[in-house]
Amino acid sequence: MRSEQTVVERVGLEPTPEMIREQKLYREMGLTDAEYDQVCGHLNRLPNWTEVGIYSVMWSEHCSYKNSKPLLKKFPTEGPRVLQGPGEGAGVIDIGDGQAVVFKIESHNHPSAIEPFQGAATGVGGIIRDVFSMGARPVALLNSLRFGDLRNPRVRYLFEQVVAGIAHYGNCIGIPTVGGEVVFDGDSYEGNPLVNAMCVGILNHDELQKGVAIGVGNPVIYVGASTGRDGIHGATFASEELNESSEEKRPAVQVGDPFMEKLLLEACLEMVQKGILIGIQDMGAAGLTCSSAEMAQKGEHGLEMNLDLVPQREEGMTPYEIMLSESQERMLLVVEAGREDEIKAICDKWGLQSAVVGRVTEGNRYRLFHQGKLVADIPVNTLVDDAPVYVREERVPQYYEENAKRRPEEELADIDPLAALTKVMSSVNIGSKRWVYEQYDHMVRTSTAVRPGSDAAVVVIRGTEKGLAMSTDGNGRYVYLDPVQGGRIAVAESARNVVCSGAEPLGITDCLNFGSPEKPEVYWQISKAIDGMAEACRVLETPVVGGNVSLYNETKGNPIYPTPVVGMVGLVQKREHITTQAFKEDGDVILLLGDTYAELGGSELQHVVTGQISGRPPACDLQKELAVQQTVLAAIRSGWVKSAHDVSEGGIAVALAESCICGNRGAAVSLETDLAPVVHLFSESQSRVILSVKADAVADVMKLAEAKGVACRQIGTVTEKEELIIHINGEQVIQQDVAYLSKQWEEAIPCAMKASSTSTN
Amino acid sequence: MRFAVPIFPGSNCDYDCIHAVEDILGEPVAPVWHHDTDLSSFDAVILPGGFSYGDYLRCGAIARFSPVMAAVKEAAAAGKLVIGICNGFQVLCESGLLPGALMRNNHLKFRCDIQPIRIENNQTPFTCAYENGQVIRIPIAHGEGNYYCDEATLAELKANNQIVFRYAGENPNGSVDDIAGICNKAGNVLGMMPHPERAIFDWMGSDDGKYLFKSMLQYWKENSRAV
Amino acid sequence: MFKATIYVTLKDSVLDPQGVAVKGSLHTLGFEGVRDVRIGKRVEVLLECESRAEAEKQIKELSEKVLSNPVIENFTFELEEVA
Repeated sequence: MRSEQTVVERVGLEPTPEMIREQKLYREMGLTDAEYDQVCGHLNRLPNWTEVGIYSVMWSEHCSYKNSKPLLKKFPTEGPRVLQGPGEGAGVIDIGDGQAVVFKIESHNHPSAIEPFQGAATGVGGIIRDVFSMGARPVALLNSLRFGDLRNPRVRYLFEQVVAGIAHYGNCIGIPTVGGEVVFDGDSYEGNPLVNAMCVGILNHDELQKGVAIGVGNPVIYVGASTGRDGIHGATFASEELNESSEEKRPAVQVGDPFMEKLLLEACLEMVQKGILIGIQDMGAAGLTCSSAEMAQKGEHGLEMNLDLVPQREEGMTPYEIMLSESQERMLLVVEAGREDEIKAICDKWGLQSAVVGRVTEGNRYRLFHQGKLVADIPVNTLVDDAPVYVREERVPQYYEENAKRRPEEELADIDPLAALTKVMSSVNIGSKRWVYEQYDHMVRTSTAVRPGSDAAVVVIRGTEKGLAMSTDGNGRYVYLDPVQGGRIAVAESARNVVCSGAEPLGITDCLNFGSPEKPEVYWQISKAIDGMAEACRVLETPVVGGNVSLYNETKGNPIYPTPVVGMVGLVQKREHITTQAFKEDGDVILLLGDTYAELGGSELQHVVTGQISGRPPACDLQKELAVQQTVLAAIRSGWVKSAHDVSEGGIAVALAESCICGNRGAAVSLETDLAPVVHLFSESQSRVILSVKADAVADVMKLAEAKGVACRQIGTVTEKEELIIHINGEQVIQQDVAYLSKQWEEAIPCAMKASSTSTN
Repeated sequence: MRFAVPIFPGSNCDYDCIHAVEDILGEPVAPVWHHDTDLSSFDAVILPGGFSYGDYLRCGAIARFSPVMAAVKEAAAAGKLVIGICNGFQVLCESGLLPGALMRNNHLKFRCDIQPIRIENNQTPFTCAYENGQVIRIPIAHGEGNYYCDEATLAELKANNQIVFRYAGENPNGSVDDIAGICNKAGNVLGMMPHPERAIFDWMGSDDGKYLFKSMLQYWKENSRAV
Repeated sequence: MFKATIYVTLKDSVLDPQGVAVKGSLHTLGFEGVRDVRIGKRVEVLLECESRAEAEKQIKELSEKVLSNPVIENFTFELEEVA
């Protein structure tokens, strides 16, 4: 009967299909004229308001990757351990013993710019759902944040509220926030902060779930919070540039309820454990539309829903509103017909509402009913497979050519090393992030073995000797100055961090934060950065198993620094391999792996001294990188290493100071170099690691490094006296109390925040 | 010695407590759903941390009305050991098993760190394995751990030796008299903001918390026959 | 049906850190005349009830027992009959 029904032209006072065409109303939802024509072709008629809404969100960048798809294809996504690559809620990688790690990173940049507390909180909520919808128990959260200059009160407000929002959600749901990074740069992120959240989970192989709708007649079940009018067009909003009128789009931001999500999490994992589910998918961006359409498409089935059965928080909601709502803490399930009661029993136990809202059907029609009328009838594959794909024009930006002539190493060579150290240590980018991470519960679940503040966090896996190391990294300045090198470095550094914690890198998830792809210079940045990242992933054997693309990160026409953020997960084989950056014992010998070149383009020193960046960033030789990482990991596994610290922003000087501060120890170091002292100490050359080892292990590590072709120099010893002393070519250039350095480092952010007293919400 | 760990919707340290009892004591321990009303088969109750019922009205305010809390009160009245950690402490105060209340941290932010804590009274079933005056390192993680009571109550707590733990070093939340944990007059009900279950192995950053669990077992072994 | 609006506030003797922080920011924003800020909660309850007296009794009871914590908080309420 129903199949012969025709689609209604409009519901209530909605514009008619003709009005939508004549007045080009589809443009307000983000569809172009060409895309609208394509929709008409797929339907063989004019779409009604609900249908236009559905196409517009499904074809938004956020859901369809229409601007990035051809570029994303360059990433390696497969490997012997990969159980699930991109395309599901999160990537899955085997870690042995029948277990797997599940992880993904996602952006919530635009909502956080408008309403930082809720924007950040719901970003965390969304990424957690992506992980547990795979059947995994979430065990850790990380985040990667970018803000403008903290001297701007609005930036302080955004920073404070974003951190509070992340803390609110993660702390309440009881998943430790174990790591991440925060970078401040007024030239890039002033009006467009970046808020990227990552979640890591663990599952048993047989519990792996998929977002599919299969089995004709099987019920489609809605679980969780009611649907309200919040967040309508969030996915489209996420794919637009921020402008003055963005403030007026506030209703697009949703309010998160971590308590509800905790119940949803426990209920879903109980369903997984009992093996009831056929398919499960989070209602995240584009809400009910995206989850149901993708499940049908992946299952190669049709799907019907009766929207009257969808739990609703507000009265008089239209089909358009129900379908596009981005209310949080909702899941869509498909189970075998007849098992509805089992779902209901679990939901009742956890105090959650659930409702059968539809059925899986034969064929490929995606049909929605509302008050007895057919309100949408769409071939489901056209929503996903036929989404438009754009290859944009790319052009080398002028600034890139000009930078070839700059020599920051010469401009900075005369600075006094001690003055430079004080300045860099007290910069908010190098300074301790304690102000941030002490607001996050990083110890709940009692598995955190390396807490925030070291190179990578480590979470142990109960009942095994294993652990998971994890890190997020991305340096927008490097990528801006040279996207290929910057892309390589993002992957290489995150892997190096994980290796320094005693783990073997397994794979990455990435969050690609860029400006508008419609600008040829930006498209060039995206394309080249992905080239660099893909190369690094191949060499380091860390496939990309998932991620997210966030484009149109611009304010007033100025794009952010191209900021691909890499979330890396590594496997610690044995608990005794877990290593931190803190110096441990007096008399331990300090070794420097890797070579130092005159590379100060985009460095922290350049930024704190000149207030800007220029030149070329450090170069990253991937074969050399691999050799360094293999050396470090082998040395750790041999039990020779007491501490390991990646040399990155701030160079050798900062790395040594941090190892001293974290270990409450001093160090006496002598370096030989042809470079100017300040250049040698603050160069950010890649593929370098500082180790401290027992004196009797020095020869072994040297031999190992030589066999791998890695330069390894003995540069000093750890001392009891808490003082950092550095000689260069026999001349003392730095002598400073560690307590003093520690104070500069610890107080950098608290001092910058003191001006702020607006901590109310 | 059988331990019960009541789980409220929103509890999130429930399994951390269960694991601590298993790993440190090897004694039987079971999760108890908040609807359950019978704790008679247990010797001790651990009210875990978390955000019971989202802590939306006030921390611990709704959990106090859970069916299981009537049974917790009975257990306390019968002299069984009851410990509330973090949110559990808040629930104990809300339900009147302990005096005072826990307010928002004075700096208004959530605070998570490993905190030095001083043992003020080692004559309790929870602290008999520690020395008086000993400073131990135990994680804290709370946004509302600012213990408040009026002066009369404070005087009474002091007079009866009910202040069991004080923060050593900086007070992380503004609590009255640096209070980190108190017990009832009888000494069998303890509430504390710090999380001993998060400090039971060296790799966690401290193992000072394991002696709290050992104290409970030691006390029970010495006293259970007499009960 | 009655609609009760209940205001829960911290007792005067109890420090309100949130209020202190807001007072500070108001001062920085130039509202120098602000002498004190106290922050509380407002709870709206729709109550099915026979009489006004009974409604008052119930609202008082639930405010005492649940909505406020007498150790640190006071409450007041307004009651109006609604259709």
